[in-house]
Amino acid sequence: MTQAAPPLSGQDAPPTRSGRRFSWAWLGLVPFLAFAAAFLIIPTFYLVVGSFHSPTGEPTLQNYASLTDPQIADAFFTSIEISLVTAIVGGIFGFLLAYSVIAGGLPGPLGAALMTFSGVASNFAGVPLAMAFTFTLGRLGLLTIFLGSIGLDLNDTDFSIYSKLGLEIVYLYFQFPLMVLIMAPAIQGLKKEWREASENMGASTAQYWRHIALPILMPSLLGTMILLFGNAFGAQATAYQLTGGTLNIVTLLVSRQLTGDVLNNVNLGYAVAMGMVAVMGVTILIYIWLQRRAARWQR
Amino acid sequence: MRWSRLAWGIIFLIGVLYFFIPLLATFQFSLGNPWGPVGAPPSFEYYITVLNSPQFWDSLGYSFVIGIITIVASIGLLLPTAYWVRLKVPRARPLVEFITLLPFVIPPIVLVFGLLQTFGRPPVPLTHTDLGSSVLLVAAYTVLSFPYMYRAIDTGLQATDIRSLTEAAQSLGAGWTRILIRVILPNVRVALLSGAFLTLAIVIGEFTIASFLARPAFGPYLSLLGQSAAYEPAAVSLISFGLTWLAMIMIAFIGRGGRTRVAVTGAR
Repeated sequence: MTQAAPPLSGQDAPPTRSGRRFSWAWLGLVPFLAFAAAFLIIPTFYLVVGSFHSPTGEPTLQNYASLTDPQIADAFFTSIEISLVTAIVGGIFGFLLAYSVIAGGLPGPLGAALMTFSGVASNFAGVPLAMAFTFTLGRLGLLTIFLGSIGLDLNDTDFSIYSKLGLEIVYLYFQFPLMVLIMAPAIQGLKKEWREASENMGASTAQYWRHIALPILMPSLLGTMILLFGNAFGAQATAYQLTGGTLNIVTLLVSRQLTGDVLNNVNLGYAVAMGMVAVMGVTILIYIWLQRRAARWQR
Repeated sequence: MRWSRLAWGIIFLIGVLYFFIPLLATFQFSLGNPWGPVGAPPSFEYYITVLNSPQFWDSLGYSFVIGIITIVASIGLLLPTAYWVRLKVPRARPLVEFITLLPFVIPPIVLVFGLLQTFGRPPVPLTHTDLGSSVLLVAAYTVLSFPYMYRAIDTGLQATDIRSLTEAAQSLGAGWTRILIRVILPNVRVALLSGAFLTLAIVIGEFTIASFLARPAFGPYLSLLGQSAAYEPAAVSLISFGLTWLAMIMIAFIGRGGRTRVAVTGAR
């Protein structure tokens, strides 16, 4: 029955056929499961249950119906819009950047430098990042003053770094480096032979991209963009610091609920939080599905 | 070919500018905005003010200690679990993997919301005391570390023949604790150290959870400083950037020669 135990190789490990009997070995997982239950599962469950109850404790679906209130719906739409825009723009730019150093013929050391910078920039988020952009594009920001000196006064335009567009510009600072980091291995995985083979058969660069490279890269491209979407959707600190918590996006709506109870109904707050979890859940499911497809080419 | 190289060069240049201009702007603000309309001569006095301020060191020290405790808690929890799943209960793998990925689905703001509601009242009113709140903070950061820490450890274990190592250690009379600390841990130390530095970088800059738990941490300190001072926040931001940079350099240094793994750490 038990063959000479093969080296445990992850998912490939054959399921142990010990039947349905309870195995004492499960007890070894108790510390982890208890910790996760106490600090992750039960708190989330608390929100779930609360979202289906009225403030007086009766079961209700009213909280979910209230998600369509203009202010709440607008917060969701704005969050989704910001996440989409920064995922797509950051994704495309990050991809081009990664491609420029790997296959675009730029000198090798630039590639190593880009990867290092990307590692730092993708982790440089939150309060200091928001501040850095205030110093750059705020009223007295470096770039604002520079542009003013060449006749383009941002303060005369509608542009404000504290707006939705401003927040998108700030988010891009950690979005495209993350894209670079994740896409670089996928681009390196494009085999030279594929390009050579297509050229031998008379394909142009455009044809190579359209019929070979892009279809291969597409799952990882889209998958990473979805990751970027989730990255922006759940972000709170950066937006809070930049806009003083005033922008109507969903993470700040929950923040305001936590500090001042703007919704006057904590149960509605639970439903908003559950709405966020639902959006993130769908995001992750699509991501997992695309990862499976991408894995076929990454050998 | 020449033209396409130029196009790639332009894209690269845009990336470089995007990366450096905000840093340059922060740097020149930290010197008192010498290029600004007032044009005071550049000065390092704001760095000196910050470095002489007890709040700076207190909050940085607090976040550092919380970071270290989080690392110990995270490794102490996840290393035995990942090891045990591989060795004894492979059937539990989908469950454990699912739980370690949950923090991706539950954004920090939602997590802290749930924690405040659960532990803000009896039977376990952790938020009512400073110590309790700090315990909750460590617990929340440990949860946030699950996705990348578990994957790093699990990948490390995959490359190790833990079954043979365990049997060898057992035949020499080692108990489980000894096996984990003396035999398994050294085999995954690269993964653990990378995860540790990443955790430190994240915890030191974290704002959302720390501020809602009202902890005297570095993120809330910087945020408050931004409301009360003009140039000091720039100095602190740049110091914070330097700390992130340092952590990333350590990770690159530890993992040199190996395949660089990208750790997606979630929203901030």
